[in-house]
Amino acid sequence: MAAFTAALRSGALINGLRASFRTLPPVKYGAVAAAVPPTNLPRGCRWSSASALSVKERIDHKRKTALCGGGQHRIDAQHKKGKLTARERVELLLDPESFVESDMFVEHRCSDFGMEQDGNKFPGDSVVTGRGRINGRLVYVFSQDFTVFGGSLSGAHAQKICKIMDQAMMVGAPVIGLNDSGGARIQEGVESLAGYADIFLRNVMASGVVPQISLIMGPCAGGAVYSPALTDFTFMVKDTSYLFITGPDVVKSVTNEDVTQEELGGAKTHTTVSGVAHHAFEDDVEALLNVREFFNFLPLSNQDAAPIRECHDRSDRLVHSLDTIVPFETTKAYDMLDIVHATVDESDFFEIMPNYAKNIVVGFARMNGRTVGIVGNQPKVASGCLDINSSVKGARFVRFCDAFNIPIITFVDVPGFLPGTAQEYGGIIRHGAKLLYAFAEATVPKITVITRKAYGGAYDVMSSKHLRGDVNYAWPTAEVAVMGAKGAVQIIFRGKENQAEAEAEYVEKFANPFPAALRGFVDDIIEPSTTRRRICRDLEVLASKKQLNPWKKHANIPL
Amino acid sequence: MAAHRLSPSLNRLLLAGKYASFWTRCCAVHGYAQYSTACSPNEKTFDKILIANRGEIACRVMKTCHKMGIQTVAVHSDVDASAVHVKMANEAVCVGPAPTSKSYLNMDAIMDAVRATGAQAVHPGYGFLSENKEFAKRLAAEGVAFIGPDTYALQAMGDKIESKLIAKAATVNTIPGYDGVVKTVEEAVKISQDIGYPVMIKASAGGGGKGMRIAWNDEETREGFRFSSQEAASSFGDDRLLIEKFIDNPRHIEIQVLADKHGNALWLNERECSIQRRNQKVVEEAPSTFLDAATRRAMGEQAVQLAKAVQYSSAGTVEFLVDSNKNFYFLEMNTRLQVEHPITECITGLDLVEQMIRVAKGYKLQHKQEDIPINGWAIESRVYAEDPYKSFGLPSIGRLSRYQEPLNLSNVRVDSGIQEGSDISIYYDPMISKLVTYGATRAEALASMEDALDNYVIRGVTHNISLLREIITHPRFISGDISTNFLPEVYPDGFKGHQLEADSRRELLAAAAALHITAQLRSQRVLGDLRVSSSPVECSHWELCVELEEGRHHVDVTKSGKVYTVEMDGVKVEVDGQWNLASPLLPLAINGTHRMLQCLSRDASGKIVLQYLGTSFKVRVLSKLAAQLNSYMPEKVPEDTSSLLRSPMPGAVVTVSVKPGDSVAEGQEICVIEAMKMQNSLTAARQAKVKSVHCKPGETVGEGDLLVELE
Repeated sequence: MAAFTAALRSGALINGLRASFRTLPPVKYGAVAAAVPPTNLPRGCRWSSASALSVKERIDHKRKTALCGGGQHRIDAQHKKGKLTARERVELLLDPESFVESDMFVEHRCSDFGMEQDGNKFPGDSVVTGRGRINGRLVYVFSQDFTVFGGSLSGAHAQKICKIMDQAMMVGAPVIGLNDSGGARIQEGVESLAGYADIFLRNVMASGVVPQISLIMGPCAGGAVYSPALTDFTFMVKDTSYLFITGPDVVKSVTNEDVTQEELGGAKTHTTVSGVAHHAFEDDVEALLNVREFFNFLPLSNQDAAPIRECHDRSDRLVHSLDTIVPFETTKAYDMLDIVHATVDESDFFEIMPNYAKNIVVGFARMNGRTVGIVGNQPKVASGCLDINSSVKGARFVRFCDAFNIPIITFVDVPGFLPGTAQEYGGIIRHGAKLLYAFAEATVPKITVITRKAYGGAYDVMSSKHLRGDVNYAWPTAEVAVMGAKGAVQIIFRGKENQAEAEAEYVEKFANPFPAALRGFVDDIIEPSTTRRRICRDLEVLASKKQLNPWKKHANIPL
Repeated sequence: MAAHRLSPSLNRLLLAGKYASFWTRCCAVHGYAQYSTACSPNEKTFDKILIANRGEIACRVMKTCHKMGIQTVAVHSDVDASAVHVKMANEAVCVGPAPTSKSYLNMDAIMDAVRATGAQAVHPGYGFLSENKEFAKRLAAEGVAFIGPDTYALQAMGDKIESKLIAKAATVNTIPGYDGVVKTVEEAVKISQDIGYPVMIKASAGGGGKGMRIAWNDEETREGFRFSSQEAASSFGDDRLLIEKFIDNPRHIEIQVLADKHGNALWLNERECSIQRRNQKVVEEAPSTFLDAATRRAMGEQAVQLAKAVQYSSAGTVEFLVDSNKNFYFLEMNTRLQVEHPITECITGLDLVEQMIRVAKGYKLQHKQEDIPINGWAIESRVYAEDPYKSFGLPSIGRLSRYQEPLNLSNVRVDSGIQEGSDISIYYDPMISKLVTYGATRAEALASMEDALDNYVIRGVTHNISLLREIITHPRFISGDISTNFLPEVYPDGFKGHQLEADSRRELLAAAAALHITAQLRSQRVLGDLRVSSSPVECSHWELCVELEEGRHHVDVTKSGKVYTVEMDGVKVEVDGQWNLASPLLPLAINGTHRMLQCLSRDASGKIVLQYLGTSFKVRVLSKLAAQLNSYMPEKVPEDTSSLLRSPMPGAVVTVSVKPGDSVAEGQEICVIEAMKMQNSLTAARQAKVKSVHCKPGETVGEGDLLVELE
């Protein structure tokens, strides 16, 4: 694994260990680095030498020390970087006074390189774990503490995380990880690596059982990145968070590329280029408040229904603006987000990956209070075609919704799959298959609205009737056909004159919702303004939908 | 429906007046029956009328047609295919692509439409072909009635130079100036010097403020000449200019006239149109606070003299400039239905469109001068899709994602040609609607206007509600102390929105805090979920931090029922409301006073944008803890924009005067952007060297697009 190559290389660091500990060396990302802080705790903290202290006093003392993390000096440094401490983050994320901490007394067990000294032991070690509530709903949380050994992951640190993940699985509640860690703890060597693997395993076991959210609020490098990568959603904080397998130094030495941390693995890179992260927020406070909001959309586990929040928006509201939204010219773009905002409750749409593969729009909203997943082709970007990135983006989202009982509403305006060597060489066939697969296997309520084009194979893919769509609507502007009129006519009437006439005939015959409607491939042709009302009613009916796929060990999605 | 809900004051007005007031929308069912008592139902006019216009005026004309039992034909450009005026009409014909020169000004296509639909008459509305004598001639040649004056009057009054001569001859007071076409820049400078600065340079064929510039010295004359001729050429296809004395600090008051083909003419009182920006009217009222009965009569009589002098028929408007001594000068005559005609209809009870149709058919006027009343007071606010913070209004475009006219209020008339979902495009005038209120007194009409503006929901485009509301509540406006310089005088540094006083600031912050908590509490109400904590912290007291601009306030909020008590800086504010989080309108009672706020946006991180007293304010509400932690968050440095020249509005690039490497001085013109037929010169903010140019003449640019980068 590339990450571990990096680890080896940075072994050189250990030589200068003692000296650099004193001067707080910058953490080398992707390298296995942990800076042991100087023993600069207040005198009173040296409790262990005062064996005369009673147990109660020692308990109080430990608790007090745990709350200080790596000490005021480190906390100030954290603040100076525009970052909050692990505990501040937990406090802001959860309802007031709801946090119940576990393992505050856990300490690392390393005795090499001077780590066994009192001054190098911190109650709770470099992570804060526990459970709490967000708007009254249960959640498990871990928050890595950069002020203690740069948030590096020790065996004990991993063990704490594993414990709350196990509990979350047992009771069925989501896990939110707040990541801010320099990497593995060098001094612990393989123990640290084992810790990562323990977490990875639990991420995989929990996948599809309870929602898992990662919020990257500082560095997250090397092997550590695979935990967020395995969770359902990865959010980042702009300017202060990084995700990469190997840092810029290693990149430079291996590939001779000059790249900054921000370019290599900053929030912008991962939300626009790589598609690793699902959203980026301005700062810690915004990120945490937004995760609270995001959490409201999610069910607690796969055994729970999608939540229904009190709704002030009438479910039978007619949306007149939709009647004119699709332009007359079939080549003219419009914004699918306008349709989404106008249709859902209170225009409240939490878009996932708003800046990546923008030709497809995915995200969460509510219909009459009930959480729904929205998938829509975006005609404004690349005509809303499906390509590699949009297929993968859509597929992952659809699978999340299906895993967690969230109904899926699909707005279709798709001219087909994007042609070209770049796409074919990149494997559009197997990537496109993912979206097809995801829609086909989904057993949650599926409602589809064809707003305009539904051409070719892409029509089949986009939650069509044939893939067990429960309710499929077409707007009067819908055109369900194998392809656009021009292309079709060129094939059917190859070499013949009067192409224009043939085209007109084709348009008359196929560029409308009738061919699909008279075969029952769409259930109804509806006035766009009634879309919201229809969907709300359908969802009420489909709330009791039961559909099972055949038994299998697990399915084999074309990865 | 609406008619039954008239306020007592209006009922009084209706009973007192001889004519019921005219409502466009509210009284769609009952209103027309009670208006214009003199209307004879058996009078036969036309079977079918084509309306050669778009937007609100096309809709306005069609309403009267439908009332009179006349079939209507709409013409439209391809982008307008689903516009309201097209839906309203009995028939619709597409006359070309979006640019007006290819559609609404395309006479051939419109003539074809007339023939194809068999329309017997054409109503041209205002703008477009309304004052085009060629169009009127072509209609006449085919025996189709032009609902407007005949070609002689059109020609005589359409040309500013000729109209001035005719007015002089008809003993109408005129402004000193040069009675001829100015051909060159040098000539313009010389004439200006002769008349004496300031002077007004304007397009001979112009109107509506287009192709009009004021010059205070030789240099401005040169610049004005250049701009005006370009604008005149692009707007009217006629670059002839004239120059006249500019009357400083005047009022703009116009007289509505109505004449028939039998030599009868009436004056229907005045409209005060002094509130203008860049020579375009923003707020109008009728009557004017400034005129006494004698001046009104004198102006009315001169207007009628002029109308008779050109054998005018149909509705027309004679514009006057009135100086502080009530001297009035003829400005021009508009030979069409004016934008602001509704306020005249409100105070006189006449339906001007109906009168125009009657007159076009050849009927005599039904009224005598003594029949024309002034019943109450009417105010019109022009609601535009434009940003009033940029020189009192630069056009903006967009899609009306949410749109709700304040028609639930009494005494309100809204003339509009758009609806929720409509696009405001760069091709046409950015007017959203004309909001008209009236009452027995001016104070009543103003109070209604305030309410109506607060209740008007417009989302998706920037609009000028804030400016309108500030104008109508300004002490100078309320006292009637206005002139055409009102805006630059009242806002010498540009319009900056409503300036909050300590009290109103507290009200706003209290409302934001209460709204925030309402949303927070709602998030806890998950229905039917048994796994929500059985003992949620039942909170009724909150400590919050509310930020507005630079100010930060710690507030204590307590809640009892749906009433919040918000305490800040030792002062308690009580906020009561329905708290519907889906509604764009937020009707609140703040300390017992009814206030209509609007929630423009609200996000998870506590940012709330509220429209309060017409202006939108960005507020941030955080819990005490979040606010404390927020103090550690770094300030995000905004992009340095002094070296970037961005387009202030969507439009087309006309010229680019610089290239990379050029040195520019502060204030030097860099490029010219044309939007909605107005040319806007963009200048360098500081002395610098041009680094790069990102636009070419002829290109279309969006608002905020980078045009030129300086070093």
